[in-house]
Amino acid sequence: MLRYVLSRFATFVPTFIGVTLISFAFIRVLPGDPIIVMAGERGMTQERYDELVKQFGFDRPIFVQFWDYLTGVLQGDLGNSYVTKKPVWDEFFALFPATLELSICAMIFAVALGLPAGVIAAMNRGKFFDRTLMSTALVGYSMPIFWWALLLIIVFSGNLGWTPVSGRIDLLYYFDNVTGFMLIDSLLSGQDGAFGSAVRHLILPTIVLGTIPLAVIARQTRSAMLEVLGEDYIRTARAKGLPPGRINGLHALRNALIPVITVIGLSVGTLLAGAILTETIFSWPGIGKWMVDSIFRRDYPVVQGGLLLIAVMVMIVNLTVDLLYGLINPKIRKR
Amino acid sequence: MSLLRLRNLSVEFATTGGRFRAVDKVDLDVDRGDVLAIVGESGSGKSVSMLALMGLLPWTAKVTADEMTFDGHDLSKLSARGRRRIVGKDMAMIFQEPMSSLNPCFTVGFQIRETLRIHLGMDRKAAQKRAVELFDLVGIPDPEQRLKAFPHQMSGGMNQRVMIAMAISCNPKLLIADEPTTALDVTIQAQILDLLVKLRDETGMGLVLITHDMGVVAETAQRVSVHYAGQKVEEQPVRPLFRAPHHPYTSALLAALPERATDKRLPTIPGVVPGQFDRPKGCLFSPRCKFADDHCRKVPPEPRGADLGLARCHYPLNTDERLAS
Repeated sequence: MLRYVLSRFATFVPTFIGVTLISFAFIRVLPGDPIIVMAGERGMTQERYDELVKQFGFDRPIFVQFWDYLTGVLQGDLGNSYVTKKPVWDEFFALFPATLELSICAMIFAVALGLPAGVIAAMNRGKFFDRTLMSTALVGYSMPIFWWALLLIIVFSGNLGWTPVSGRIDLLYYFDNVTGFMLIDSLLSGQDGAFGSAVRHLILPTIVLGTIPLAVIARQTRSAMLEVLGEDYIRTARAKGLPPGRINGLHALRNALIPVITVIGLSVGTLLAGAILTETIFSWPGIGKWMVDSIFRRDYPVVQGGLLLIAVMVMIVNLTVDLLYGLINPKIRKR
Repeated sequence: MSLLRLRNLSVEFATTGGRFRAVDKVDLDVDRGDVLAIVGESGSGKSVSMLALMGLLPWTAKVTADEMTFDGHDLSKLSARGRRRIVGKDMAMIFQEPMSSLNPCFTVGFQIRETLRIHLGMDRKAAQKRAVELFDLVGIPDPEQRLKAFPHQMSGGMNQRVMIAMAISCNPKLLIADEPTTALDVTIQAQILDLLVKLRDETGMGLVLITHDMGVVAETAQRVSVHYAGQKVEEQPVRPLFRAPHHPYTSALLAALPERATDKRLPTIPGVVPGQFDRPKGCLFSPRCKFADDHCRKVPPEPRGADLGLARCHYPLNTDERLAS
């Protein structure tokens, strides 16, 4: 087992190098100059410009710049943001809990609805419920996220006034940042209504971010269940006189979960990285919004470091999923 | 009254090409302690009729019968819940592929205890004790350890023993074995058959053995029911059937046994079992029968009397045997 985990860690190395290289190259390929962006509308003198070019090291050959960056990264230094002058590392971990909180909620939403929906659809194959559910899932999967988000905001925030439009919590409340997770911090603060406000702020972003994973999980669960239900051991379970709930919910689902776990793992990866649209629309102060902002500001260290850290998170999630297989599928475990 | 009584059992499948009749008006009786063998080629409806009895057919199947009683229960009138109380407890079944018939995600111990807990309401401890006993009974060495194993960690023969242990766990009155030895190698086949017969002797349950191996039939069965294209074409006790088959199909099957061959080449039955679209008008066996005439090809035969082995044939064979007796 330990050997397996170590060998999986070894595959991190090439991915790591690839991500560093690509993020370094891509942001530089983009037209635009961070110094000019920093200067803003006022502009700056040529002397000041040259001075800054020298200060950021843009005058040196690109390979040297990359080498400097790489050695920095290996020593745990991702550089400082051009804009805020704060270390990328600190900024990332100040914002990451917000993204993580949203991703976890979206994933719980997707799994809690997607799994049962897929199972029920498989049990009622070809009937009304199955058809309705699967076509709804297809619609959900094809829905452009920004449009879906705006639609929900118009109806639930605008017309009905049930949920706030953006942010993580009402401005009325203020408390110290303990864990970075608003749900936990608001509870810890003990202020009346703070937790409720945090929950209300989470609802719409959670639904929007969870919609695509929900659709994917429901469809995957359904097809995996249909395959498993045709297996010999399901016939055996029925021949044993087991009630249908136990056959579907235990004997079939346990086997169907194996492919579904893969999909869940992949979705978690995209959620961590792909909350960009959702975070931007709901002004959610997470890393997605932070990344977008820094791309517009040509904030090289932030884009490079942020991409790298996101990639590492995704790799860790995938590793966890691989280890989870063993728990569910005994054929893998004993090897 | 017999333990199992089937009258005019028919099973039809709704297919895209119309209805397909897989089992056609089959009558069967099984008593306690009986060993009935059902033989026939692939596609003769042997398994389907027994799956229909167990209620294991997919929803596309339509089962009809004039009578379908088991141990005093009318199976056709029972609710799904009522049927589940019988299936797996009083009437159990084992299958052809032991490796895929057990759930790969659970230990064999879990799977056998589950049956005990659901049907007999045993607690964890009692179920464990009974599971060990059952593994002993079916000849699995080191039961405590083996109960913790997953199906993929054991051989096909061992898995079939697990299936048997699971099937007999609630002391069933009837055990249906659907080609239990087909997927196993020859030495294991003999062991499994011996085990089934031994269990029948000890518990007095009825045993239905579905097979296409005449050797297995000769060794284990008391009565044989020969099926062809969904119909029962003949039924006799083993000895008379081997000595004097009345239906030409049975006769041809027996002639194809290697032990009975007189020539260098084994005799065969030309052609294949008719399918959904090439069902003959008259006798279903007529296209392959060397005795068939125009009458056979036009008029479907009805089963003859018990003295002729209920043979579905216009011109039964070995009729002089009847005269002699």
